[in-house]
Amino acid sequence: MRNLDIPFVKAKVKAELALLGTHIDPKVEQAIKQALITETSDIAKDILSTLLENYAISRNENLPICQDTGTVVFIIEIGEGLCITGGSLTDSINDAVREVWQEQYFRASIVKDPLFDRTNTQNNTPAIIHTELVKGDKLTIKIALKGGGAENMSALKMLKPSDGKEGIKNFILDTIIKAGGNPCPPIMVGIGIGGNFETCALLAKKALLRDFGTPNPDKQWAGFESELLQTINETGIGPQGMGGKTTALAVQVETAPCHIASLPVAINLNCHAHRHTIVTF
Amino acid sequence: MKEISIDLPLKIANRALLQTGDKVLLSGILYTARDAAHKRMVEYLQSGKDIPFELKNAAIFYAGPTPARPGTICGVIGPTTSVRMDKYTPAILKAGAKVLIGKGERSSEVIDAIQQNQAVYLVAVGGAAALLSKCVLSSEAIAWQDLGTEAIHKLVVKDFPCYVSVL
Repeated sequence: MRNLDIPFVKAKVKAELALLGTHIDPKVEQAIKQALITETSDIAKDILSTLLENYAISRNENLPICQDTGTVVFIIEIGEGLCITGGSLTDSINDAVREVWQEQYFRASIVKDPLFDRTNTQNNTPAIIHTELVKGDKLTIKIALKGGGAENMSALKMLKPSDGKEGIKNFILDTIIKAGGNPCPPIMVGIGIGGNFETCALLAKKALLRDFGTPNPDKQWAGFESELLQTINETGIGPQGMGGKTTALAVQVETAPCHIASLPVAINLNCHAHRHTIVTF
Repeated sequence: MKEISIDLPLKIANRALLQTGDKVLLSGILYTARDAAHKRMVEYLQSGKDIPFELKNAAIFYAGPTPARPGTICGVIGPTTSVRMDKYTPAILKAGAKVLIGKGERSSEVIDAIQQNQAVYLVAVGGAAALLSKCVLSSEAIAWQDLGTEAIHKLVVKDFPCYVSVL
């Protein structure tokens, strides 16, 4: 068994959270620069230039890229050979969020009840924490700052097996067309296919948080990812939905076995800021 | 893409110069209001209570900023998704608001109301909040501070960039 001390984990998580709000992923910034070269519409170019200028201001002045510093989502893989000491993991994760949100002047964006009492919790908790047991003795924490805009445009459908590839494509396209400019294109698209109702949604989120621009290791699924990316960009929705060639920067798919009667499909969107990271202990 | 500087409040003559897709640099007063403030404003309008600022000819910015770092004028601020305010927008326009700033598309009912009321809907860039905050000369939470980030903030802006979406 390997010991891992909570205060050490918490300190590292805090450092990552502070950076996530203010420092754009260099791979994303590069993709936006590339899009600026290929775009032909004036308004699309103007919007992409604005995004790049904003990323630089945020990085240089330690200011959030977006005022929606989001719900914080954690996907934690805990090695079965790990012994966690010195506190509660989930409590320290929430403490980390609470402290960073105060120290970095990030926005409190969580309400305590979805319908009957939408009072702000004032400290951006509770965070959303998914935990899984895996083999080995590492702790891997995937973190995303998930704004409301793109998350709200996400969707899940229990398709029929007979709907097939076309059915999946149509559902994905319909969702993205209906979303239009709302998720702040250029978007990242995470797709889950298979599993059951709840695991399919989580697959979509894991797909979104996979290292940006890495294709699915299976050739058939990687081909499907490229096909979808092309089709999505042919919609002409463009940056901020104001028209253009760059609607999505990446489409990433994760799959799982499913029931003989089912074909669950989930689509989780992220905005251009795509604030995500992976920390391994 | 034409670029036009506009001083608020929006005059009919200036509105006549605008076309969809134009870039506008706004200067003057914006009032922030998003989901919770819109719900409350429409409740007040329906029950005859006074809204805490003058809606007639107002420019409404769908936004909730981050808290201001000490020594800064305001936190970072950018548009939130406008469609969530669609339910309340016809009433807000009927009460006199002329400029709406957000992001994303509007419903056909709201588009009709914007056109009938000679108002304009402008789209600001989402996720460019640090840059947009540089356009803010002053910021004050003037009402409904119980709503936290969703309070009504009176912003004085200079050359705030946005694009004409619905006219």
